[in-house]
Amino acid sequence: MPENGHVGHPGPGSVVRPYGDTTGDGMVQTSFTLPVPPGPRAEGAALQLANKMGIEPAMVVHSHGIGEQFTFFVVYGSVRHLVDLDAVQVEERAYPLLSPGEVNAAIKSRLRRSLVVLGACIGTDAHTVGIDAILNLKGFAGEKGLEYYREMQVANLGAQVSVPELVHAARARRADAVLVSQVVTQKDAHLRNTRELAGAFREAMGEERPLLVVGGPRFDPAMAAELGVDKVFGRGTTPGEVASYLVHALVPTEEPA
Amino acid sequence: MSVLELDGELVRRARELAARAAAPVVDLARTHTTVSVERAVLRLAGLTGTDPVLGDGEVPWVNRVVDAVREQVGLEHGVALPVWHALGRDGSLQELAEQVGAGTARFSIPADPEPARLAARAAVATGMARIDANRARRDELVALHGDPPRRPWIYLIVATGDIYEDIPQAQAAARAGADVIAVIRSTGQSLLDYVPEGATRTGYAGTYATGENFRLMRAALDDVSAELGRYVRLTNYASGLCMPEIAVLAGLERLDMMLNDAMYGILFRDINPRRTFVDQRFSRMVHARAGIIINTGEDNYLTTADAVDEAHTVTVSQLLNETLAHEAGLADWQLGLGHAFEINPAVPESFRLELAHALLARGLFPDAPLKWMPPTKHMTGDVFGGYLLDGFFNLAGALTGQGILLVGMMTEAVVTPWLSDRDLALRNVRYVLEAAGNLHEDFAPRRGGFIDRRAHTVLTEAVQLLERIADHPQGLIQAIADGTFGITKRSPDGGKGLDGVARLAAGAYNPALELMERVDA
Repeated sequence: MPENGHVGHPGPGSVVRPYGDTTGDGMVQTSFTLPVPPGPRAEGAALQLANKMGIEPAMVVHSHGIGEQFTFFVVYGSVRHLVDLDAVQVEERAYPLLSPGEVNAAIKSRLRRSLVVLGACIGTDAHTVGIDAILNLKGFAGEKGLEYYREMQVANLGAQVSVPELVHAARARRADAVLVSQVVTQKDAHLRNTRELAGAFREAMGEERPLLVVGGPRFDPAMAAELGVDKVFGRGTTPGEVASYLVHALVPTEEPA
Repeated sequence: MSVLELDGELVRRARELAARAAAPVVDLARTHTTVSVERAVLRLAGLTGTDPVLGDGEVPWVNRVVDAVREQVGLEHGVALPVWHALGRDGSLQELAEQVGAGTARFSIPADPEPARLAARAAVATGMARIDANRARRDELVALHGDPPRRPWIYLIVATGDIYEDIPQAQAAARAGADVIAVIRSTGQSLLDYVPEGATRTGYAGTYATGENFRLMRAALDDVSAELGRYVRLTNYASGLCMPEIAVLAGLERLDMMLNDAMYGILFRDINPRRTFVDQRFSRMVHARAGIIINTGEDNYLTTADAVDEAHTVTVSQLLNETLAHEAGLADWQLGLGHAFEINPAVPESFRLELAHALLARGLFPDAPLKWMPPTKHMTGDVFGGYLLDGFFNLAGALTGQGILLVGMMTEAVVTPWLSDRDLALRNVRYVLEAAGNLHEDFAPRRGGFIDRRAHTVLTEAVQLLERIADHPQGLIQAIADGTFGITKRSPDGGKGLDGVARLAAGAYNPALELMERVDA
């Protein structure tokens, strides 16, 4: 974020600063650990880092040693930076959020057959919590999972499904959409696995491939194209959002003649 | 200790049903063997190392030998008779393994099994003696250094993927107050049908369980135990396709606790049910012999199901784990039965519900060191809220007399724990235990009050579910196939690892089982 010189009175419009207890005070709090033994030198090091982060003046309000070689700090202070709301870009949802009844009605009247959805965790990831939250009847955040949708035929292959197995299953079941969740992100495993998934489906089925949807807490929803999939869902996605997207992407907008 | 006065008749009924539901599974385990059970026998007899020629040199000799026996004479007699028959009077296992590698080993079932039987038993007895010596050594070290000064024992996870990074982290955690160190396994390991060999430095979200990694970490914790004047325990995972072998390695390297659930692999890893039940019985017999405390995985149910609606499935699983563990020779003090603090904090009275569930477990299993697992499902990335929730979790643990407390991280679901996350989490535990560790002396839930009523509701629901399971013609295994546990349907013939199961023929011989059963009798 570029520094803007005068910061005393940000206008009421599109420029804002963090809010502590007074408009425009710019107050933030942060915490971090430095590999420095506790003591005055460590506190000085923390202040230096805070200043370089744009926190000035900064206050080290707390520090304690973790073992003999590390010190943990809590820092409060005012950041110089301004936030220009006009320059903020977010991916707005390009489709309406539908209720389960509306989703079922759309599939029934406009697709005129069940929508086949296949879900799995791929690679070595054994955390099915994401795909289960979206698919299981039980659902997530008070919304029932896709199994609840009468007009969807849902199969959850579970954890540690290999990409070839998934391609095979998608073909055998004539899946309209393949949903994959990824939790483990060590060494960017989630990104690598997703690229492998996209590549395998492209190679095996070309244009005939099902809609590819991935999700997980550490995915950036803007990365779909880069990863070669149709849609990326991030943290906090609910089954209703996924169902609405599937209708948007797979169900014709007009009833067949 | 604050305990609920549970309805004795209901408790008796629950145990009787659990035993009835588990009986067909015990029969299954007694009449079958698996590739992993047989490999465990060879490990007890001292066979180590990998075939340098195959693949990237990752396939252990125990796999090569068991596969060769299976190919030539089948698995239904066990490997002991054909292997020690092939060894003759003075062959070595290592040489025989190399002959298998070269394709020259020939196996057959001896007409007179007695010489092979005696030789096999003597060889396996050396491994068993090492397990026994380790158990005695643990007792000595505990006597020398002492146990943790209070309950619950503080259990902390280390998981870098690199054993040489894990070691200093584990030692630091012990110095900061951890009583039990768990080295989480690399995510894929459950589904590997072999145990990797040697010290490993590359794992995903965890470090491979290998004999050498076990040895290195136990030695490092012995050093830190001496330094701290407190015996620091080491935990790993006897689960997945190699459960029996990993149990043996744990016994051989003096691990102190092992994750070892009867059904986790089936429900959560899609491992074949028959394979799992045969493997788990053998692995539990090894744990019983080695003086290892098992930790069961009931917390997992609540990560996929609702912690209030499905609370009784935890109780049912605890009762099944208990009955199967007793059958395999484990004593009550070795049963770290699992449960978790996973109720949605937005649910009214959520803390009282948690106390009710925790006290139910405490009351049902008064002599078991229950394993109390922290919130994960409702840790949302709000680290401040999470820190508070972990504080309540710690308080519930202290208040209800839990035996083993897994330290919750406020950064659960955000990052693998940072140094500072662990430090803050331990501060949270220390504060609660020091401030309220003895509060259970003053805390007695009122008879007929909310907590008492809730505990009885859950117990009643558990008995109802156990009735349905026990009434199945094949008991537990068919109940799992029908999706009785709500989470998934797992057919007896589905899942991974079924091809490694064999029904035992007349005259089959497993020297390890003979040696372990002899002690129990």
